[in-house]
Amino acid sequence: MPLVKNGKIATDIYVHVADGAEIPPEGAIFVQAARFLENAETLLQRPDKVGVLWPNNRDLDELVSYLDRLAAVALVFPSFRDGRAYSQARLLRERYRFKGELRATGQVLRDQFVFMLRAGFDALDVKKEKDADAFAATVKRYTVFYQPTGDGRATALSRRTQLRHSESAGP
Amino acid sequence: MYAYDELDRTLINERVEEFRDQVKRRLSGELTEDEFKLLRLQNGVYLQLHAYMFRVAIPYGTLSSKQLRALAHVARRYDRGYGHFTTRQNIQFNWIKLAELPDALADLAEVGIHAMQTSGNNMRNVTSDQWAGVAPGEVEDPRIWSELLRQHTTLHPEFSFLPRKFKIAITASDHDRAAIRIHDIGLRLHKNADGETGFEVLVGGGLGRTPFIGKTIKPFVHGRDILSYVEAILRVYNQYGRRDNIYKARIKILVHELGIEKFGKEVEEEWQQLRDSALTLDDAAIEEVRSRFSYPAYEKLPHMPDELKQAAHDPVFERWRKNSVFPHKVQGYSIVTLSLKPVGGPPGDATAEQMDAIADLADRYSFGEIRVGHEQNLALPHVAKRDLPALWKALDKLELATPNVNLVSDIIACPGLDYCSLANARSIPIAQELTRRFANHDTAGLIGRLHINISGCINACGHHHVGHIGILGVEKNGEEFYQITIGGRADESAALGTLIGPSVPYAEVADVVEDIVEAYLALRDSPDELFIDTVKRLGVEPFRERVYATR
Repeated sequence: MPLVKNGKIATDIYVHVADGAEIPPEGAIFVQAARFLENAETLLQRPDKVGVLWPNNRDLDELVSYLDRLAAVALVFPSFRDGRAYSQARLLRERYRFKGELRATGQVLRDQFVFMLRAGFDALDVKKEKDADAFAATVKRYTVFYQPTGDGRATALSRRTQLRHSESAGP
Repeated sequence: MYAYDELDRTLINERVEEFRDQVKRRLSGELTEDEFKLLRLQNGVYLQLHAYMFRVAIPYGTLSSKQLRALAHVARRYDRGYGHFTTRQNIQFNWIKLAELPDALADLAEVGIHAMQTSGNNMRNVTSDQWAGVAPGEVEDPRIWSELLRQHTTLHPEFSFLPRKFKIAITASDHDRAAIRIHDIGLRLHKNADGETGFEVLVGGGLGRTPFIGKTIKPFVHGRDILSYVEAILRVYNQYGRRDNIYKARIKILVHELGIEKFGKEVEEEWQQLRDSALTLDDAAIEEVRSRFSYPAYEKLPHMPDELKQAAHDPVFERWRKNSVFPHKVQGYSIVTLSLKPVGGPPGDATAEQMDAIADLADRYSFGEIRVGHEQNLALPHVAKRDLPALWKALDKLELATPNVNLVSDIIACPGLDYCSLANARSIPIAQELTRRFANHDTAGLIGRLHINISGCINACGHHHVGHIGILGVEKNGEEFYQITIGGRADESAALGTLIGPSVPYAEVADVVEDIVEAYLALRDSPDELFIDTVKRLGVEPFRERVYATR
């Protein structure tokens, strides 16, 4: 499963620690939400990066107080059709101002890339090799966006009003 | 009419190219049918009993003559020469080939028509009053807001994978022609005490196997806040709507399970976080969209032109005029409904030839504009009264002047088992038989306003729950049976119908409806009391007795 990070295929430096498995003393890790919450202070003492794998049906309130010390949060798409993590991603980025890596994991396919970037993800565990290879071309597919999100792309409405403003301010 | 600008055009072209790539990947086997299913649904493509079905959006029911000709072209070039107008201001083509779909979409994109989100678990076509902008007494044109919402809900990065489909309807008139109370979100445009435009917001309406009438979640949301308020509702729904059971996934179930107070509180909390954000519409943004709507240059015309006085001597014309012609906000003009319910025909169908001819008539008599209503009829929204006789002659030739608008044979029906893979029973032949039973226009006129709605299964695409008489197809031991309800309505007094008794077999449905209508004629206290009011006054019991006494 290739990782696409900040637009490029990248090596995944994180070890995904299965529940019950021993936590390695060093190196970047992803741990499950429940395990993280039980040992948060200890885990956050580690010298290397700690990320949390957060399920899409768990309230983010429990995570908020740790966000500034977390290197990464991975949100889960258990199926292509389950869109709960899009809301979680926007909340993490836009409301809680999470600055670390925000990763989409699970059923991550080419046809969701644009939505995911717009929701604030910057790292994608892409399911198919071919989709990861097509990343650059896929995300260039759209140049017009109707909704404002935290990704900062100008909306159609703001581009129009600006255009109108500059026209009326012209000679 | 809303005219697309360069940005709107660019976006739909980008969408067509994306879909072309998706179809290519499906045809090459790179995508499985299961993966492709979601993608095609987001572009309005269903797999039906015999072929793919293609559903195209007609946002808030407004079409230009050029757009209608493009729909005729798609019917002719890619389908079997006709299309079916639905209850949600869409048109469906039933015989489309997958490999040709991207070309059909590209042809439609040229005239600013798309099929984005006409199916799938996302925000569907935003619908409105088919008389928007021309109805007398309207607060203001609801299409400005419909268009703002259309844009906002198109390819939304957070809400394209909701628990279930999500439908929004808007009205700005006291008489609700958009059926807002049976939508996931219903918006009633009105002004507050300070004269500012805003919306009463209703939530949790819907039909299907668990029907609910929408409840008011907030009596007034200011126009500038409508996007953030809708976003707050959707965010609560996206996170907490049920995903374990497809039949319990609509927002109506969440609202019902939490109760409107608790649900409203959740939304309010979310909205307080969202309301002062980039979602707030400033006057410039609203004005920008408003400026892209064009309105006809009406002439100053007499209320009663000579042409109309003369034509009034023809009783056939007069019957049509009294039935199908409605008041317009501008003196000297009328709104004309074109019945797509000919005697013996499938409700809501139009041939490519009819569509082309209607486009020509719209150019000649209605400033090039056509409307589509949820009752599956069309309308010409700006007809000068002096042109009514000439228009009537032309419509009559096209079999579009059946004087049955709002009468017993103006039936709403889904495609049913003749096309649909979900259906338990046929809808169209029931509708056809009923139009033959009530083919006498004098009798139909005597009966007065009466809406019959037919669905071929519990999914209720024919809105049977809110028909004055509702007919629902069910399957019993491999045979088609039908449950009959009465007393439903979809307007501002929306109500769900009540079952009158055990289901009846296919062959008896038309007889039962005739019995109900005869019972009404005997029971009404005067010719002015409508069917729906008699049912309200007396309840279902006398109708039940009449229908089941001899069965």
